[in-house]
Amino acid sequence: MGIGGGVLLIPALIIFAGSRQHIAQSINLISFIPVAAVALIIHYRKNNLHTGYSPVLIIAGLAGALIGSVFAVRLPSDILSKLFGIFLFFMGTVEIFCKKEPE
Amino acid sequence: MTVKLVLIGLFTGICNGLFGSGGGTILVPGMVFVMGLKEHKAHATAIMVILPLTILSTIVYYRSSYIDWPTTLRVVSGGIAGSLIGAKLLNRIPASVLRKAFGIFMIITAVRMVF
Repeated sequence: MGIGGGVLLIPALIIFAGSRQHIAQSINLISFIPVAAVALIIHYRKNNLHTGYSPVLIIAGLAGALIGSVFAVRLPSDILSKLFGIFLFFMGTVEIFCKKEPE
Repeated sequence: MTVKLVLIGLFTGICNGLFGSGGGTILVPGMVFVMGLKEHKAHATAIMVILPLTILSTIVYYRSSYIDWPTTLRVVSGGIAGSLIGAKLLNRIPASVLRKAFGIFMIITAVRMVF
């Protein structure tokens, strides 16, 4: 249904498996890779990929990913946890109030 | 246009690296509103954009030893099984109900994590 698995997986790992914030985040990052690779092959075959703007998005995104992850690994676990909580709150609000069902 | 694309890409990358998730939540609406892509194409293209970002973020986490391989392997195998079951089960429950349930779960968890 297109909801990011991470916003469910990361809290679940912390609550039920007792993982620390950084570890839960890396688990989500790594588990995305094989699933995304398979999905990408399927979408490529169905001709769903829009390649026009992608190089700019990928280059800017890589710069952002470097900034974000270097910042994350330097943050103490409890601070990162609180930031993640705030992020999750906004994502949850958007999910309830802003998303419209496709016709 | 290029400035908007750079900003969307940058913001997507920062969230993906900082929180280890959520890149698609920003990128998909960004591509729908700014680039005018159809939703299903935006979803597919978002995966192509986020995959390299995730690999880069994973390398940074790996170099700081924030990796738990046994749990990761269990999550990956469970995740594949879950997505097969989920694809069949979720079709029986209306998406609007699921969205609200997930949203409430996320907000409750968020409050627990902050306080």
